[in-house]
Amino acid sequence: MNKWRDNKAWFLVLPVFVIVAFSAIIPLMTVVNYSVQDIFGPGQRYFVGVEWFRDVLLDERLHDALFKQLAFSFMVLLTEIPLGIAIALMMPKKGWTASACLVILALPLLIPWNVIGTIWIIFTRPDIGLFGAIVNNAGIAFDHTASPVDAWITLMLMEIWHWTPLVALLAYAGLRAIPEAYYQAAKIDGASSWAVFRYIQLPKMRGVLTIALLLRFMDSFLIYAEPFVLTGGGPGNTTTFLSIYLVKIAVGQFDLGPAAAFSLIYFLIILLFCWLFYQALQAVGTGDKA
Amino acid sequence: MARIELNEIKHSYLPNPSDEQDFALKRIHTVWEDGGAYALLGPSGCGKTTMLNIISGLLKPSHGSILYDGTDVSAMQPEQRNIAQVFQFPVLYDTMTVYDNLAFPLRNRGVDKQSIRERVREIAEALDLTQDLNKRAANLSADAKQKISLGRGLVRSDVAAILFDEPLTVIDPHLKWDLRRKLKEIHTKFNLTMIYVTHDQVEAMTFADKIVVMYEGEIVQMGTPQELFENPEHTFVGYFIGSPGMNFLDCTLDGYIARVGSIDVPLLPSMTNRCTGQSLKLGIRPMYVGLHDGPVEHGIEGAVLGVEDQGFCKIVTATFNGSEIKARVNENGAVPEGKCWISLPPDKIKLYCDERLVRQGDSQ
Repeated sequence: MNKWRDNKAWFLVLPVFVIVAFSAIIPLMTVVNYSVQDIFGPGQRYFVGVEWFRDVLLDERLHDALFKQLAFSFMVLLTEIPLGIAIALMMPKKGWTASACLVILALPLLIPWNVIGTIWIIFTRPDIGLFGAIVNNAGIAFDHTASPVDAWITLMLMEIWHWTPLVALLAYAGLRAIPEAYYQAAKIDGASSWAVFRYIQLPKMRGVLTIALLLRFMDSFLIYAEPFVLTGGGPGNTTTFLSIYLVKIAVGQFDLGPAAAFSLIYFLIILLFCWLFYQALQAVGTGDKA
Repeated sequence: MARIELNEIKHSYLPNPSDEQDFALKRIHTVWEDGGAYALLGPSGCGKTTMLNIISGLLKPSHGSILYDGTDVSAMQPEQRNIAQVFQFPVLYDTMTVYDNLAFPLRNRGVDKQSIRERVREIAEALDLTQDLNKRAANLSADAKQKISLGRGLVRSDVAAILFDEPLTVIDPHLKWDLRRKLKEIHTKFNLTMIYVTHDQVEAMTFADKIVVMYEGEIVQMGTPQELFENPEHTFVGYFIGSPGMNFLDCTLDGYIARVGSIDVPLLPSMTNRCTGQSLKLGIRPMYVGLHDGPVEHGIEGAVLGVEDQGFCKIVTATFNGSEIKARVNENGAVPEGKCWISLPPDKIKLYCDERLVRQGDSQ
């Protein structure tokens, strides 16, 4: 192949490059810029190297928030993924009932996030909330503004109610894509329904489940609006996740340097976990047994 | 191993079939002998796959019963019927190795480990899969995958019959011959009843001892390739088998004479007796149509329209009196240009009444 000496085709990539620059590279570099400087005001800034990073990494409250964040994300994944798959397996395969199920499932996904927080505040209020009042009348004291455990339970319930439908919809799409012949072959081979799930449905859903897992991990790890509205990080600091803590530093205290360093670390943590999950799931379905 | 009987089977996919057109299978009443290699041949949508699924039990027919060796299995689930089915696309358990794939049906039936190992090794040997046993099935080529699908059926020592649903669709042409030979080999080795669905007549003829031709939900003929070629019992068989298919000419009957338009064609007296159907057709294979450049006895004057050279023969299209007819001429044979005389040997002509063959010497 002859190489063009003057390759103008590169200009075709230019629009994409400009868009990506403005949407990702420039904002990210601004954050990097902040994270290595101490800024007192316009024109008054000092280069501080990795000082902010050291501070942030040694911050006890950040460790605490990170631990809570991880605990929350893993609990979310452990409930939502199996629950989503179970719902998808139980859904009707065709007909108007299938359409009805899809619409009902999609409803929570359509509600604005801060509205969801508000809905759950009211839903779990001990005096007038449907859930809160029933539980309290049944003799179980439940108040997410007072008890950390109740706050966590409420947050988990809200998160599961809000996002399990996404997992279910993805899993349902994956299930519907399996050709009928697989089920027929399994029937002829005398496979139990567990074997059908384990050797046909689960492997065939691997692609969509990878997406579901990554999306749910990222989303739950970045969760902000719902807990902010519902608990505001409280009671005390018991539901102060990374994002809430970050906003407190950046907007509340206006410590841009540490907040920027924090953001970068946050970003790298998510990247790391996503990479790990992705690698793990890729390894599950491929490669030969020795 | 089993002799499979289909007893007055009818099937409709609709809940309340009202007329004939609602049935995917109209009336199937046939017997598949033990150890036979059958091909089920027909165009797309004629009910081949429906019939296969009814035999294997994946589908329950609306009417009729299925008997294996005289036992009624109509109510049994596929896994109880000792049947194996190979599908159009290779169906594998992707996460398992080839060994586990082959062992799967046995494990599901609670066979002990030692027997499984022996049986899987034996089958892998027969299918040339031994060197792949520890590989993951998902990484193999399409023909190897299809062999695994077949192997999953073969491992069960009690398997009665193997059903193939167009198994070579996704296989490369040069591997098709290999795989088909392998199937033949397996058939002789294990002496199983095999039913092979295809819409490719060459595939059907090379694989099967007996071909079953289906058309619009009915079996129109069951016979050896030669029988199908020489004595098509239905115009569809004549048209579908052979390349090009049989010539058909609308005609009326006047004693021993068939009248095609204004042309008289003499027939064998044994054929014309008491045939009273509505629509009559003459059928003749292109290879029996004679083509001459001068007048012959009973020759019909016509004109050559075109010649297709197929390398080993020539297919000549000629017209006479508004009808078109194809003739097969030897590669070296001379083809008349323009005007020609067509002869139709009476002993090679078939007469069809309402699309069905009028048997010679039939006494209605």
